[in-house]
This record gives sequence, C-alpha cells and structure tokens, in this order.
Amino acid sequence: MKILVPVKRVADPDNADKVKVSADASQVTSDGLEWKMNPFDEWSLEAALRLTENAAEKKRTGEVVLVSIGPDDAVQTMRQGLAMGAERGILVQSNDGDLDSGVVASVLAKIAADETPDVVFLGKQSADGDSNVAGTKLAELLGWPLVNYATKIVTDDEGKSFTVTRELDTGVQTIKVTGPCVFTSSDRILQPTSIKNGQTPDDFAYPASEGGRYASLKGIMAAKKKPVDTKALSDLEPADRTDEYLSFALPEGRTGSVAFVETVDELVGKLQSEAKVL
Amino acid sequence: MTDILVVAELAGGTARKTSFSAIAAAKQMAEATGGAFDILAIGEGADAAADALKGFGARKVLKAEIAGHYWAEKYAPTIAAAAEGAGVVVACASSYGKDLLPRVAAKLGAGVASDITGISSEGGELHYTRPMYAGNVLGTVKITSDKQVVGVRQSAFEASAPAGGDSAVEDFAVVDGDLGDRIEVLSTEVVQSERPELTEAEVVVSGGRSLKSAENFENVLEPLVDAFGAAMGASRAAVDAGYVANDLQVGQTGKVVAPKLYVAVGISGAIQHLAGMKASKCIVAINKDKEAPIAQVADYFLVADLFDAVPEMTKAVSAIKAQG
Repeated sequence: MKILVPVKRVADPDNADKVKVSADASQVTSDGLEWKMNPFDEWSLEAALRLTENAAEKKRTGEVVLVSIGPDDAVQTMRQGLAMGAERGILVQSNDGDLDSGVVASVLAKIAADETPDVVFLGKQSADGDSNVAGTKLAELLGWPLVNYATKIVTDDEGKSFTVTRELDTGVQTIKVTGPCVFTSSDRILQPTSIKNGQTPDDFAYPASEGGRYASLKGIMAAKKKPVDTKALSDLEPADRTDEYLSFALPEGRTGSVAFVETVDELVGKLQSEAKVL
Repeated sequence: MTDILVVAELAGGTARKTSFSAIAAAKQMAEATGGAFDILAIGEGADAAADALKGFGARKVLKAEIAGHYWAEKYAPTIAAAAEGAGVVVACASSYGKDLLPRVAAKLGAGVASDITGISSEGGELHYTRPMYAGNVLGTVKITSDKQVVGVRQSAFEASAPAGGDSAVEDFAVVDGDLGDRIEVLSTEVVQSERPELTEAEVVVSGGRSLKSAENFENVLEPLVDAFGAAMGASRAAVDAGYVANDLQVGQTGKVVAPKLYVAVGISGAIQHLAGMKASKCIVAINKDKEAPIAQVADYFLVADLFDAVPEMTKAVSAIKAQG
C-alpha cells in the first residue's frame, strides 16, 4: 500500500497563546516559538505508518510519501517524519503567503495524480489556520471518496478497500470505501487497536499515545539519507488564492482575574450573588 | 447585492438547531449586501423539514428529498446547483458543515471562510472574523472568488427564531451524486440524550481525566449536570480514556461552547480545551491544583478534591433549584 501524507509545520501549538500580531495588524508573528509538525498531520502520519507495517515484526510493508509545501526550511519538519519511518519526501517550495486551503488542495491533487497512492491521509485541520478545508477540497478535485474524522480503519493485506468508523458531532458513522481515497483523522485514530491492516496480527495493541511515535536514533540517521524531491510551486499549476486576510487581532482577554474559593458554600454564594448564574 | 443560500442541517425530518445559527448569519449577510436569502432543506426528511423552515423570513425554501444516509458526495452536486444564483453559500460549521462545505466550494471554484464568529461589511463587501491558532488570534478575511462558502460557528450566532413569515416552498431537482460502488455507508449511530445539546445549553458541566472512570462520570459528575439541568461535556483526555463518547468533547477539535455558565471539573485546561470554552460568560473550575492553566480563564476556582466537592455542590444546587 502506498500512502501520501501532507505535513505542515506550525508554530508550537502548545504555546499558541504566545503568538502575537504585528503592530500594523497585518500579520501573525510567532517569533520565539519552535516550529512543530502540525499535530493533526502527525496523527495521520502515524496512522499511515501503522497501515503500512507489520508492527509485531517491526517490518515496513508499504510506502509512505510525505509532502510539504513551504519554504526550504520546512524540510526540517519533513525529516522528522522520515525519521519516524516514512520512505521519502516531496518539498514544494513556496512562501507561506502564497498559500490558502484551495492552493494547497490543488497542489496536492497534482502530486496525487503523479504519485497514484492508494490513500492520501491528511490532518483534518492545521493548528494555525484551523480551517478544516484542504482535505475535503482535495477529495473533490481528485474525484476520490473521502472519509473525514476517521477513528478506526480496518483493511486487509491487499489494502484496496477499507472499513472506516468516523466521528460526527452527533455520534459515529461506519463506511466501506474502496481506494484510491482520502482520509482525515479524528483525535482517536491512535488508540491502541484503531488500525488493522491484515499484516500486523489482529491482537496487536500499540502503546497508548497522544501523538506519533518517537524517532529512534537509527531512524534519525537514516532520515538524513532518505530522498527528498524538490518542486517549484509554479510548476504544479496552483489554483489562485481565494482568501485575503485584512487584519489580525488578539482576542480580548477575559475580564477580571480568577477568584479562588475554598468551600462549596462560598462558591455557590458567589454564583448566586455576584455572577447571578444560579 | 448578493443573495445567500443557507444549507439547513437535517436530522430525522427536522432542521437541527445548527441551521438556525446559519440562518442568523445569513440574515446579517443579506442585510449587509441588500440581497435576499433562501434556505435549502436537503436529505432524508427534507419535505417535512422544509415546511418548518417557512417562518424564518427566507425569500423561498427549497427542498431536495434524498433518501438514505447522509454523505457529502451525494449532496454536494445538488447544493452546488442550488447555489447558481447565490453569491454566498452558508451552513453551520458543525461536523456536517465542515464535511460538506469544502466539497461544495470545490465544485463552485469558491474560497471558504470556515468557522466564522463575526460578520462585517464595507460597501456591501462581506468581511468575516474567524478564530485561528486555537482561538488565540482573530483574523478578518474576505473571500475573493466569485462565489463564497462560509461555515458559521454555532455558539457565536444566536439561533434565529421563526418570526411568522411564510416563505414559498419549492421542489428543487436533485442532481445525481451517485457514489458508484466506491462508498457504502454501513451505519450511522446517533447518540440520544435527554439532556440539552452541548452547543445549545445555558449551563455546561464538563469532566476531565481526574474523574478516573466512566463510572465516576456517571455517579459523581452526572448528578451535578442534572442538578443544573445542564449539558455534559468532557475534555479530550476523558474521551480518549473511554469515559464518555466523542460527541461530548469540548475543544479546538470538539465542540465549541459559549454557555452562561461553564463548570470545568478536574480539567487542567490545555490550550486545546480552552479553545472550545473560553467564550463562556462565567467559568468555574473545580480542581485540586491551584496552578492548573484553567485558572487563566476561570472566574471562580474552587480549590478542592472533586470527589468531595462535586457531591456537596450537587446537594447545594439541587436545594437552590428546589426553592425555585
């Protein structure tokens, strides 16, 4: 099975409250924050690795190809994915300012058409833009079926068709889908038995984890030698940008500071007399 | 002048309340552009739902009955066709809207403003405010394509109520969105609850991993939820641990809520959780750890062991409610 996984770098999402806005309100600045792999992409990458390995024998059985769209140093984030186990990478050189979800979807569609993977597995959103758009637009451009917010994926060793459970606001839905197809992941995709691929024994359980696997030292060394192909954005016939950000602002802080209380009586009293919510 | 098409979200032959927030946004847009808005009821039960949507002041209500499970590919061609005369397609940014709108946008060659919390205009041109970076930045964006697709954050737009209008209801011809044999929806399980919906409740009581088990959610937290007549929520950690179902998750990737009162029980307050609840009017934290980051957004912080405090609070709240 061959899986294409787009990975984006974002300002450290666990410190998103330290992001600033420039004095003229024209841009968001994340100076001082580390670049991290978008956590939603990281989950999808880990899921893709689980789909293409025999975990019991620690053996790769398929291929994971990473795609990043961004400036040259975005390749660092891709190296992290290669160190986790992906086979190779494609860097589409561009300025962050050239991109929106539609541009990204159009470029990924072009790459998917060239690479002909069985699956494109994306994060459902990026932790900076929080748009939730690129994966779905991509599926429509490719004319491929899409399963958003996958929480469980079962396939066999052929990897051509998948039974997928996905999360909705109102419950869950289970779908049978034939590849090539597009997936995005939910928060639960990395539960210990969320993925079954007909290669890893069905009774195998991954350790509980909120993110992707750590790269081993061997993996990090190997990643330096893995091929990364470079393409220019303009060679991939990107769509025109369709959004224009006029300004950015920090949200108003919450008024007043926290009042610590020691007893339930005190709390209930304040909710009645001060906050008047009870 | 720009006309607006609202895509209503249906469940069991009625419009979900998410639709009424989308209608509220559409009214603001129509006012700003001097255009009109139409409502499209699409899916199973559209015929029945369309009748109930007549009273919201729409120019017309279109109905497109499509049998069977919802699937975005099945609906998108019809929505795109219905949008032919419209400048903006709007729906709630629920999991339904997020799954559906980008497909419609790709069909229309349109840009998407997703999860917007505000609308403004300049000379009839629509500008949208949307939270980014887990709610730590607000961007103001305009969409430059001929058509625009907009997802509306439910908690930011107070649901429209019917105001006695009587819109004409018209059948809209379904455009075939045949999936061939590539997709088969095997089941759709809808969670049923007697409690108010998370995104609509005036009070939300949420629990975190500190509750330690599904049994404790049921025996310790739920009595407090019901004493308030509240909706129940949870942190991602509690959902991941299997204590409660995914539909209760509040946060950047769960539901975004803005009730009058939000009670966070045993929730430390990761950035991703704060993104889903910090617009609440009054926030109460119950936590042993005074240093927990939830203190950054809380109005009141009860420093206590939740297993002592929650049963005591349940009694106190029940007593107050009993007095009326």
